[in-house]
Amino acid sequence: MQRYVAALDQGTTSTRCILFDGSGRLVSVSQAEHQQHYPRPGWVEHDAAEVWRNVTRVVPEALERAGAAPEQVVAIGIANQRETTVLWERDTGRPVVRAVVWQDTRTAHLVQELAGDEGPDRFRDRCGLPLAPYFAGPRLTWLLDHTRGLRERAERGEVLFGTMETWLIWNLTGGPDGGVHVTDVTNASRTMLMGIDTLEWDATLLDAMGVPAAMLPEIRSSSEVYGEATTVLPGTPIAAALGDQQAALFGQTCFAPGEAKCTYGTGSFLLLNTGTETVRSRNGLLTTVGYRIGQEPARYALEGSIAITGSLVQWFRDGLGLIRTAAEIETLAMTVEDNGGCYIVPAFAGLFAPHWRSEARGVIVGLTSYVNKGHLARAVLEAVAWQTREVVDAMDADSGLRLTSLRVDGGMTADHLLMQTVADVLDVPVVRPMVRETVSLGAAYAAGLAVGYWPDLEGLRRNWHRAGQWLPAMDEQRRAQEYDNWSRAVARTLDWVRPGLPDGD
Amino acid sequence: MPGSVQSIERAAAVLRLLAGGTGRLGCVEVANSLGLAKGTAHGILRTLQEVGFVEQDRTTGRYLLGAGLLELTVPHQDPNELRSLALNWTDSLAARSGESVRLGVLSSGSVLVASHGFRPDDSEQVLDVGARRPAHACAMGKVLLAFDAGAVALLQRRPLPAYTPRTVVAPRALAAALAQVRRAGWAVDAEELEMGTAGLAAPVQDRGGLTVAAVGITGPVERLCDGSWAPRPALLALVQDAARAISRELATT
Repeated sequence: MQRYVAALDQGTTSTRCILFDGSGRLVSVSQAEHQQHYPRPGWVEHDAAEVWRNVTRVVPEALERAGAAPEQVVAIGIANQRETTVLWERDTGRPVVRAVVWQDTRTAHLVQELAGDEGPDRFRDRCGLPLAPYFAGPRLTWLLDHTRGLRERAERGEVLFGTMETWLIWNLTGGPDGGVHVTDVTNASRTMLMGIDTLEWDATLLDAMGVPAAMLPEIRSSSEVYGEATTVLPGTPIAAALGDQQAALFGQTCFAPGEAKCTYGTGSFLLLNTGTETVRSRNGLLTTVGYRIGQEPARYALEGSIAITGSLVQWFRDGLGLIRTAAEIETLAMTVEDNGGCYIVPAFAGLFAPHWRSEARGVIVGLTSYVNKGHLARAVLEAVAWQTREVVDAMDADSGLRLTSLRVDGGMTADHLLMQTVADVLDVPVVRPMVRETVSLGAAYAAGLAVGYWPDLEGLRRNWHRAGQWLPAMDEQRRAQEYDNWSRAVARTLDWVRPGLPDGD
Repeated sequence: MPGSVQSIERAAAVLRLLAGGTGRLGCVEVANSLGLAKGTAHGILRTLQEVGFVEQDRTTGRYLLGAGLLELTVPHQDPNELRSLALNWTDSLAARSGESVRLGVLSSGSVLVASHGFRPDDSEQVLDVGARRPAHACAMGKVLLAFDAGAVALLQRRPLPAYTPRTVVAPRALAAALAQVRRAGWAVDAEELEMGTAGLAAPVQDRGGLTVAAVGITGPVERLCDGSWAPRPALLALVQDAARAISRELATT
């Protein structure tokens, strides 16, 4: 009997179930989208009950498409959108409010208050993160402050908190009827409530954010059996949970310190395995848990996010109308030999890692009458590559590890010219794996490992195969010169928005 | 000689009508202008809309000429877009067949490699996206030629080079081989480009049935073929599955 591992990828726009076989090959996929709620500018919410209903649909559908019976699934692993905050009633399983999504910026003012005189790095030593609207803990504080009677109910243990994986595991294991209330170290490391070294809820942080301990899930490993499903796939162990970017790191089998992956999507996320060391960044990166297998020591990672990558190509398509589809940017870029002296810095909402300059705004520089749309297309792709270079340089500086190759995944890896450009500017080989669905694969790997479906990390490494590789082909002098040009272009984005005045005035 | 097809004549009349005057007409206006029943006019407009030659204004419901007409004069499928759409399926073909995978389009008489996925054995391999292969000597090329009569005629204006003793170069033999490809829906090259190497390929078609690309695998002849240079059925089935999956992907985008 063929046996499979089921991965649940609970993402920002959809929930998917993917079945993998013993060689780590994708067998079937099922997907359901959920509604995005935007009740006010800057607010983004999901209905957690809708997400759970989608889980109960996509799992049977994925089995059906593979022609598999429930008993052929040996384990379930979960990868999820990170930092999204869910609150629900212990007795009924009903969400108390809509889930507040990671993109939601309603806590901007609150995190400034929390930072106070000490600034955004007030808790960085404890939790590895700067105070930013991005993380789950302040979101929880905001909900406790703004929902009548909620804090009292939470203190009495009537209302439970979790990120998406916690919500799904609780429901899969019985919900109000004995549901297991757990999170994993990677998701907990994105709350600002967990000690990054202790891997436990930190009393000082809970106190500072006014969060009652009674509502928090138990923090567990990323790869261990949390419990058996009582519904959807009754009797199947739920054996893994990881935040999506950490799952991609695991799916790319970046198990050794110094190994890194970059997922190229709307934005891009570069994670570098730093082993059992927690590296505190001095260059604007995040310290996060990479994964923890059973009772082994946790493996840490440095994370650098690039806000505008795929969305820059979307802007080129929808905002400028110079291409019809995202893939056409490569065709247009190939009509010219180089960027013609033109550089685009997409600081659309300020500069992020490693600069962190919120008053910066985007520029196109080096324009001459020689520059045509082909050069602009080149400049777009090069902007994605140079932003990657800046994050890699920050990682090298923080970790003392030197990146020797970069594993890539995500939609933009189909762009051949972009991948070659990334290899050129990083001066390391860029490698694409055979399975593009690395987020789901990572969740499946961690789950399969916990139940003995795969014996060890080496076994997983053997499943990883190169589907493509781009080698650096730019001479050193040219690289240095282009990097200098890029850096000078970046300098021209600074100090654009003036305090107290609207953008551009 | 068979007579003209009435529905095509009517469709052409609808397009001419939309191209003139105000450029935006309702279904009833089209029907009245051409003396057609309203149902007939509606059917023609809907069909033309499906193939992209006509668009419907969302607010007024009126019809106008579609962007698809402009694309008739430019290359139909962008190779970079093809690669992006096909990537999940070409990767899956490599993982299942254990061989390297390529997606090719016909361009200036030869096969342009639009996508290349490595053989999954982690040996040293070099991406050859953008490289060209002689159309008459590889499986992808034979698939593309089989469904493009104009390209074959162009190719045969000059003598075709032989790369191995097995390369098909004689016009008559090539025509017979291409007819066989059309009947079978797949092509094989067994040591026709390089001794010891074989390829299998199948057509990728758009929703109208036009062959826009070929997808195939390449590997040692003894792995891909039996002793008499016939493709191994299991591998052939994987190639055809991938071609169908990519064709479906094109149809839905």
